[in-house]
Amino acid sequence: MVGRRAGIGLATVASVGVTWWLLTSVTGIVDSARFPSPAEFGVSLNQILTRGYAGAGLAQHAVHSLKLVVMGFAVAVFTGIPLGLWMGWDRRVEACVNPIFLVIRPIPPLAWIPLAILWLGLGDAAKIMVIWFAAFVPSVINAFAGVRNIDRPIIEAARMLGTPRWRMVREIIAPAAAPMIFTGLRLSLQASWTTLVAAELVGALVGLGFILNMAQQDIYPGMILVGMVAVGILGWATTWLLGQAEHRALAWNVAARD
Amino acid sequence: MTQPPLTLSQRLGWGLLGVTLLLGLWTLLTATGFVPQQFLPSPLEVATRFTTLLTSPFAGATLPVHLASSFQRYAYGVVLAAAIGIPLGLLMGWFRLLDDIVTPIFDALRFIAPIAWVPLAALWFGTGMGGPVMIIFAGAFPPCLINAYRGARFVEPRLIEAARMLGTGHIRMILEILLPAAVPSIIAGLRVSAGLGWQSLVGAELIVAAAGVGFMMVQAQGSVQTATVMSGMIAIGVVGMAIDVALRQGEGWLRRRRGLES
Repeated sequence: MVGRRAGIGLATVASVGVTWWLLTSVTGIVDSARFPSPAEFGVSLNQILTRGYAGAGLAQHAVHSLKLVVMGFAVAVFTGIPLGLWMGWDRRVEACVNPIFLVIRPIPPLAWIPLAILWLGLGDAAKIMVIWFAAFVPSVINAFAGVRNIDRPIIEAARMLGTPRWRMVREIIAPAAAPMIFTGLRLSLQASWTTLVAAELVGALVGLGFILNMAQQDIYPGMILVGMVAVGILGWATTWLLGQAEHRALAWNVAARD
Repeated sequence: MTQPPLTLSQRLGWGLLGVTLLLGLWTLLTATGFVPQQFLPSPLEVATRFTTLLTSPFAGATLPVHLASSFQRYAYGVVLAAAIGIPLGLLMGWFRLLDDIVTPIFDALRFIAPIAWVPLAALWFGTGMGGPVMIIFAGAFPPCLINAYRGARFVEPRLIEAARMLGTGHIRMILEILLPAAVPSIIAGLRVSAGLGWQSLVGAELIVAAAGVGFMMVQAQGSVQTATVMSGMIAIGVVGMAIDVALRQGEGWLRRRRGLES
């Protein structure tokens, strides 16, 4: 069954490639001003790899974007998860923070971009702020739900045994909430990439979004495609890494419980 | 969790404390002149600016007119995403071959953030109506497709076997067995789509549009009118919330109707 699926998958990818080539290069049904041919894509890729585009090489743009995503994501995770855990632990904190969330949450993170630019300019700080906003909410909500779903007897038993506070958090709360937290992290990561690309499209001096922005202004479809493929690959790679981390963390968890 | 649930008055009290702290901090920062007004206007200034925008135009139109033009694009994009995503998802749930063909393409495209389609969308459909509609489509399409597909895929096998034994054809199978069973999942997907679509709309308008709330905010940012930017954010938040409430109402209505029917 797996063989059949993989076979059809490969055939699909191959036929998409052939269709792309046929439409753009052989028949010319699709004008190369609208969508690049494989050859043009190759030329653009070669150009940015060897001579650079929009002020830097592809690696430099990609590393810059990746750095911002990782930083924004990390800040959001390290502030969001503790707040979520605390909200799950103490109902007063939940009651206090929830109304603020209710007011702020309906505003999409992307709507913060103009304000972030007004406050922090076109540099890295504005992007990190917007990514933080985007990635913060899923982290908080899932950590909170993770704590709330812990079976009460477990906590009562631990408390009866006189478990100190920090051990309680480290050995009971955090591991039990871990599956939910990782779900939140995946949403946070996705939100981080979307926001970063948008923020870089609105205003930046380097980065993958800036490649897209320049290529759009130059009406350079080949380079647009290079930028999109780069965004896709980096998004995939970071998601894969997170999946690996989740696999390890949760495998340890199950082993510890058994 | 180990505490008893708070009473209503306790909840209200703590909630009020939270909001008061936030508003108080905001007012304090602005009233003392610690933060320049150009940087962060006071809550009162934002409220005044918001009401002014309701009647006097900024960036070519008043706030309600900007909102209307945004909402029109949004509606086109989401309706298009639902009209293509839901049927395709159902078909993929029924025809294994289609599933095997579409899934690899879909998986490859999924990792490209919807906003990254902006340059191509602008190139293909312009920046007026078509471009932003395509971005909204790119944001709203995946949940429609995935949820319709999952809903159709996880129909109880007994139902399908029974229908198959009665000689049900493909079309009736999809319309009368898979679709009704998938409705809860589809509705949940629509709510996610609506939220993501609204978010994509804001992004698209910030980057390429020549009208709409996002455009208004970019113009305000260009002329350092922080109060106008914040008014735009409030308007976006309110409309986004209204959309979600409306969909939730629709979901409840559908549940009740189905409950009565079956």
